[in-house]
Amino acid sequence: MRIGVFVCHCGSNIAGTVDVAEIARRALTLKDVVHADHPMYTCAEPGQAAIQAAIKEKKLDRVVVAACSPHMHEVTFRRCVDTGGLNPYLFEMANIREHCSWIHTDMPVATEKAWEIIKMSVAKARQLEPLWSNEVEVNKDVLVIGGGVAGIQAALDLADAGLKVTIVEKQTTIGGVMAQLDKTFPTIDCSACILTPRMVDCSQHENITLMTYCEVDKVSGYVGNFTVDIRKKASMVDWTKCIGCEICVQKCPSKAPDSFNVGLEPTKAIYVPFPQAVPKRAAIQVDYCRYFQTGKCKVCERVCPAGAIDYEQQDEIVQKEFGAIVVATGLEVFPWEDYYGEYGSGKIKDVISGLQYERMLNASGPYGGHVHRLSNGEDPKTVVFIQCVGSRDESVNRPYCSGVCCMYTAKQALLTKDHCGMGTEVYVFYIDIRANGKGYEEFVKRVQTEFGVKYVRGRVSKLYEQDGKVMVRGTDTLLGEQVEIPADLVVLATGIMAADGAKELAQKLNISYDEFGFYKEGHPKLRPVETNTAGIFLAGVCQAPKDIPATVAQASGTASKVIGLLAKDKLKTSPMIAVVGQKDCVSCWKCIDVCPFSAPEKLEVRPGEFKSHMIETVCQGCGVCVATCPVNCISLKGFPTDAILDQIEEVLQT
Amino acid sequence: MAEVNNNQASGAATQSAAPGAAGAAGGAATTGAPADRPVKIIGIVCNWCSYAGADTAGVGRFKQPANLRLVRVPCTGRIDPLFALKAFEKGADGVLISGCHPGDCHYSEGNYYARRKFELAERMIHHLGIPKERFKWTWVSASEGQRWQKVVTEFVAGVEKLGPREGRAL
Repeated sequence: MRIGVFVCHCGSNIAGTVDVAEIARRALTLKDVVHADHPMYTCAEPGQAAIQAAIKEKKLDRVVVAACSPHMHEVTFRRCVDTGGLNPYLFEMANIREHCSWIHTDMPVATEKAWEIIKMSVAKARQLEPLWSNEVEVNKDVLVIGGGVAGIQAALDLADAGLKVTIVEKQTTIGGVMAQLDKTFPTIDCSACILTPRMVDCSQHENITLMTYCEVDKVSGYVGNFTVDIRKKASMVDWTKCIGCEICVQKCPSKAPDSFNVGLEPTKAIYVPFPQAVPKRAAIQVDYCRYFQTGKCKVCERVCPAGAIDYEQQDEIVQKEFGAIVVATGLEVFPWEDYYGEYGSGKIKDVISGLQYERMLNASGPYGGHVHRLSNGEDPKTVVFIQCVGSRDESVNRPYCSGVCCMYTAKQALLTKDHCGMGTEVYVFYIDIRANGKGYEEFVKRVQTEFGVKYVRGRVSKLYEQDGKVMVRGTDTLLGEQVEIPADLVVLATGIMAADGAKELAQKLNISYDEFGFYKEGHPKLRPVETNTAGIFLAGVCQAPKDIPATVAQASGTASKVIGLLAKDKLKTSPMIAVVGQKDCVSCWKCIDVCPFSAPEKLEVRPGEFKSHMIETVCQGCGVCVATCPVNCISLKGFPTDAILDQIEEVLQT
Repeated sequence: MAEVNNNQASGAATQSAAPGAAGAAGGAATTGAPADRPVKIIGIVCNWCSYAGADTAGVGRFKQPANLRLVRVPCTGRIDPLFALKAFEKGADGVLISGCHPGDCHYSEGNYYARRKFELAERMIHHLGIPKERFKWTWVSASEGQRWQKVVTEFVAGVEKLGPREGRAL
């Protein structure tokens, strides 16, 4: 066996704390190691060339690179040794950066640890075998989960590239939060004017299937071959008949909360969220429907000209196959009422959230765009905006910046002047102004100077009612003064959080998420739209808070990644899978019991004699069966038991 | 960066075997410990959550004691409890096992099988005379760099309190 060891400097990232030259010297003392080097940047072109040259010149049959995490560059180096003429699975990586040089400061300590990590990797390398990938057929259909602007953009890009796309949306219409917005910053474009044509494009595109009022129930399979159970929720309206005329909505006698208008005014128990809904179909909110609650009513059934009402409708599960999945589940507005007692917990009528204000400003909203006080209907003379409500506030466990509130507040402040007249007093309480997009800073400046909106740096400590006003008590930290403003209307720049059910969906998809439910990308810089689960991609706020331009850009980026994946007719599967040594198999079928993927099957090896056999393309290589098999007859390629034990032994030898 | 010659290399190796060089590692005092050496801890972690969580800790420069050596496996479900026993047999002062939080397993349910095994393994290890502070299994997700730092720091501190194990066999 001829092993080559390459200890990377990574500039000063590793060499700053680990004596790489010393380790390279020591590596040559290890059994089977015939070559050791310490390149400045092993992943760069000269570093890779050095590995390839050494494979040829020193006839290396194993390569160990001690550098960063395998999550960073294992793929890079596998490709490198492959090109250099060595089987890519005869490569092993020692992580001496993330797991060593970056977490220690003392050079001798870090050097000793790095040395042991390398010894472990060399021990593992000795046990590696060459492996070869299999190929599987690829299903070219794509599932997009979420029909907001991210899902819409991704779906249109994918469909334009000729792929069949299914959008699953939990509401009855696509459009998402962007459909609720009045205008968009910094151009003051009408949100609906730019979004609704795209919604229509989706519904009319020959390659797009809309499945609204649906949710993902179950996901199985793997990249190229996912099987997804989609739950079609019972809307109590036969959508093949419904024509969206809204007569039922007009005649329905039962009121119900209107989530589209963020609870400003009630809607009806049978509802169409908004006039431009796509598809424009009615649904019954059963909990508020008089018929479902009392057994009497059926007004909608009587008035429906299409005979579409169906009180007997049940949820239905539809199973579909996809090659790739785009997750674009978007956001939820922070429920400030539950957290901010000092702002009245939602009991003060003239204190509303940013999204409620969007609906108030909107011409097709519940008030026809009339900005007024909810307490008495009067036009406001003084409007106060409070930023960072549910953002950058550790006391409510929201330490992150929601990224959009500074800008939407500036926009809303401008629109307030526009709707209520330039004489209206408008104040914005802020911590910092974050306006780092194209034209954003200029926009905020314009709002401050041209529109005369007064920005006060400081937090508001309390809101309370007095003499028909909402008293805003806070501090101007620049002047070092207490301020108190009697306001007519207070708008909270409520932050955003991951959508309801984001964690549950992540668990169905086997993708990672952070403590706030935002999905984790493959790498923050290099793989920003991929997840660590092959074939599953991200778009929009489900990954992290971001504004519309960034969401759309990410959605298009995601689409291009999916197109790249599905451009191939066959996909290479990982050869690091379990293999049954049938000679020793005692046919106990425990492997079949524990496998999450149903990879092992009973194979008739001789008439009447069955042994376990692993279906190569189904096995995902978790190794649960390996640790379960009572006779140790299953081995996991790439992670053989001997390699694991040798690594443990190597550390403990000295 | 040419290949270095063998003489130099072996010289360095001899040096490193000297007690002083390794003595710095770990650093912390081992009060009442039978031997004055840093404790050695084997960590076995799953690729998708805890290994990546340790990466996240590294990227965030969350400092940790240097006593831990990690073995990467695809899933905690891959871990045979015998790996931990083997480590103790070979002289490990502590064994740390970490995977994805329940519900978050990359392979859906591998960590549930692991949980069942380690619940039992923990008791058995204790029964064999190894104090429970020397064996820990837990969950750290890929985004929990700070949690990883805390888990490692606390576990190492607990093992250091007991000091290195005397003798090698179980």
